[in-house]
Amino acid sequence: MTGLLEHPGYDEERLRRAAEQLSCRELQAGMLLSLMGEPQQYCYPSIFIYGHRASGKSHVINVLMKELELPHATVSCVECVSVALLFEQVLHSFFGCDVASLLPRSPSLTDFVRIYRQQSPAQQTRYVVVEKAELLRDADANLLPALLRLQELVEDNVTIILLSEIVWDTFRPNTGCFEPLLLHFPDYSKVELQQILSQDRHPSYSAELYSFYVNILLGVFYSVCRDLRELRHLAALNFSKFCEPLEEGKVKETDTHKLWKNIEPHLKKAMQTVYLREVSSLQWEQMQQTEDETGAPKGLSAHTHVELPFYSKFLLIAAYLASYNPARTDKRFFMKHHGKIKKTNFLKKNEKTTNHLLGPKPFPLDRLLAIFYSVVDGRVTPTASIFSQISSLVTLQLLAQVSHDDQLDSPKYKCAVSLEFICNISRTVNFDIMKYLYDFL
Amino acid sequence: MSKRKGNISHQPLGECISQVQRILRERFCHQKLTEGLEGVEAQHKHLEELLRRSAVYGESNSVLIVGPRGAGKSSLLRSVLQELLQEKEVQENLLQVHLNGLLQADDRIALKEITRQLHLENVVGDKVFGSFAENLAFLLEALKKGDRTSSRPVLFVLDEFDLFAHHKNQTLLYNLFDVSQSTQAPVAVVGLTCRLDVLELLEKRVKSRFSHRQIHLLSGLTFGQYLDRVRAQLSLPDEFCDSRFAQEWNASVKTLCEDKSVQDVLQRHFNCSKDFRSLHMLLMLCLSRVTLAKPAIKASDLLDVSRLFLADAKTNMLHGLSIVELCLIIAMKHLNDVYEGEPFNLQMVHNEFKKFLQRKSNSMYNFSQPVVVKAFEHLQQLELVRPVDGSPKTQREYQLMRLMVDHSQIMAALQKYPQCPTDIKQWALSAFA
Repeated sequence: MTGLLEHPGYDEERLRRAAEQLSCRELQAGMLLSLMGEPQQYCYPSIFIYGHRASGKSHVINVLMKELELPHATVSCVECVSVALLFEQVLHSFFGCDVASLLPRSPSLTDFVRIYRQQSPAQQTRYVVVEKAELLRDADANLLPALLRLQELVEDNVTIILLSEIVWDTFRPNTGCFEPLLLHFPDYSKVELQQILSQDRHPSYSAELYSFYVNILLGVFYSVCRDLRELRHLAALNFSKFCEPLEEGKVKETDTHKLWKNIEPHLKKAMQTVYLREVSSLQWEQMQQTEDETGAPKGLSAHTHVELPFYSKFLLIAAYLASYNPARTDKRFFMKHHGKIKKTNFLKKNEKTTNHLLGPKPFPLDRLLAIFYSVVDGRVTPTASIFSQISSLVTLQLLAQVSHDDQLDSPKYKCAVSLEFICNISRTVNFDIMKYLYDFL
Repeated sequence: MSKRKGNISHQPLGECISQVQRILRERFCHQKLTEGLEGVEAQHKHLEELLRRSAVYGESNSVLIVGPRGAGKSSLLRSVLQELLQEKEVQENLLQVHLNGLLQADDRIALKEITRQLHLENVVGDKVFGSFAENLAFLLEALKKGDRTSSRPVLFVLDEFDLFAHHKNQTLLYNLFDVSQSTQAPVAVVGLTCRLDVLELLEKRVKSRFSHRQIHLLSGLTFGQYLDRVRAQLSLPDEFCDSRFAQEWNASVKTLCEDKSVQDVLQRHFNCSKDFRSLHMLLMLCLSRVTLAKPAIKASDLLDVSRLFLADAKTNMLHGLSIVELCLIIAMKHLNDVYEGEPFNLQMVHNEFKKFLQRKSNSMYNFSQPVVVKAFEHLQQLELVRPVDGSPKTQREYQLMRLMVDHSQIMAALQKYPQCPTDIKQWALSAFA
């Protein structure tokens, strides 16, 4: 509702326009506005705004700056890989490119402050908005404390606003600094998300239909993702599929149950693919149009169709067994006549965590080959082609080399594939790997 | 007989509020000096005497003002300078050079800044000097008055003094203190720093040339003095345009400070920190709530603001997590409880989560591994979990991590979490996983 943003120092009409664009963020905008005060008065030297992604931080600031026409400079720390870019952008926004060109090559803070001080003082508060401020921590150690005190250093009516996802405690330098005012932008509630998403409605369909669709979408995705940007993207991608039965004339708009039945499995598939960025949005739209029910979506991590030569598969299986079985159990699993091994020594099941939780262990090449020879059917002559297959497995990143490159004698490897993948591979060669894994005895 | 009531101009309320905002904002945001800094009279006198001896009698001195952040070091120096500069002799003769450790990161840059602030660029021109000392000596020589007998006194103010001690060889400090010990020219060197151990940072030769004079601003305020300070900071000066409004405002401030709930709030803040800066931040937030509709600061304002101020940032961030991410955090908490803070990896966390799902037998939260991995990566991006500095070569699922949120924050966040399912809450509260 308009009318929530009021301030004597600013034009009412502009405030009303700003409030229209800031649905669900009136409280935060109002607080920010009251802190900013009238244009010619001083504002607190530095303000730190933190909140989740897509919680409206940049949006509120940009709308306020634009509608109220306040002198501001917006800088994103991702773009400013060096401080020179930051200084240049600030000077350019406030004073124009002539002043910005006065900066020497590789300017330091002192050059920036000197040039700033030479310019005319501000009539109204100037704002420097720094986005992704967490990257300032990695810049020069003096940059962050100096920026927080900018008002004092340049003796001008300027305020720095820092926007970040990370909390302030990690920013504080060792010997302390000028503490900024902390403002939190809370996340949107489910109702607010529904309200905002419903604003994107398609012009040829009614608003109720779209809000019904948004309701279904939130029902599937809300417990996994609350990021407004992702949800908007998913809503836009899947709306055409939702409207398909309507266009074909099979159902009417009021037939909510059928529409729901149509779209729900589709959304669940979307969660496995587009949400995880396994397929790109373009591929997803193409898939929708062809309606290919046969093939599973060929995602990025669907290695299952990687075709390996016969011996490579067995090498990989041997590597997996070497990584996840402790060395002392090899005798029991892989020797034909392993004699009597005391069960108590063998089954030390009071170990805290299974190897599958701790991760793969490194093994030497000899052990890999020993297991390989016992696992493969028939006789294998140890030729160079076997060893070169090991190297190509490393290149495919299915094995990882742990030892240093210089060590040619006994290189060590680790197996870098998941249980699912190795089960698929062993199924193709008719090898029951579960029988050989120590954790699943 | 009518009492002549002087010039009382009654401004409309809007104008008064605007003036109040302007005056108080200058005080809180711009650190404009109020008259009479109470509690630091001794330090004030000491510093003033020292600077006067330099400025008027040509004596060279050096002093360090030491105090924690926000204790009022810069304001002390500024108020002393303001007083001194009211004397004609000082105003005409004293030259000031203000250096800041954050800006002048190098001695070369510092020297250029000194040249610039003394307006001697033309004199130096393109000369090349052999050493820092020669350059400084030349500058001071150039400041001699016409009859070449005496040089004008120069005041060097070094803000963030401890940063200057990190420069190579500490040449700037050495030369400044050297000049202050010799009879070359009357210089006063005043350093401001927040580190109490600043003398340990100085090299032996620099330390010996320093006069070891330190002014400490460790405030020994009692709570009563703190309340007086709050009242003084909020009160309007006598020269306010509408004296009736000013009187009303000051009276309301006085009643505010006597209110019991307000005193409790201020006591909590006083226990955290006594310095000016946090007080100014608190009062600034209260001031921003003063509008035309509500032209005074009420006790409820202070309570609200205090709650905002003391809110925990991580708990706020936990509030915005999705259910999957919250379940992961609770699983990590249980792992921490059972294994006493040892680092864990994603597989262990996922395993813990799966154990919870098996017990509950409803498949609502049964998400596939990649979805759980994405949620975990989001937590990593928010720096709620951080990798232990191990080898980066381990696979993503097996990299060891630590949780950066502690037990009480998780519990507080769960209380406020919107529509938190009861079984998840119970899982969090259960003593054993």
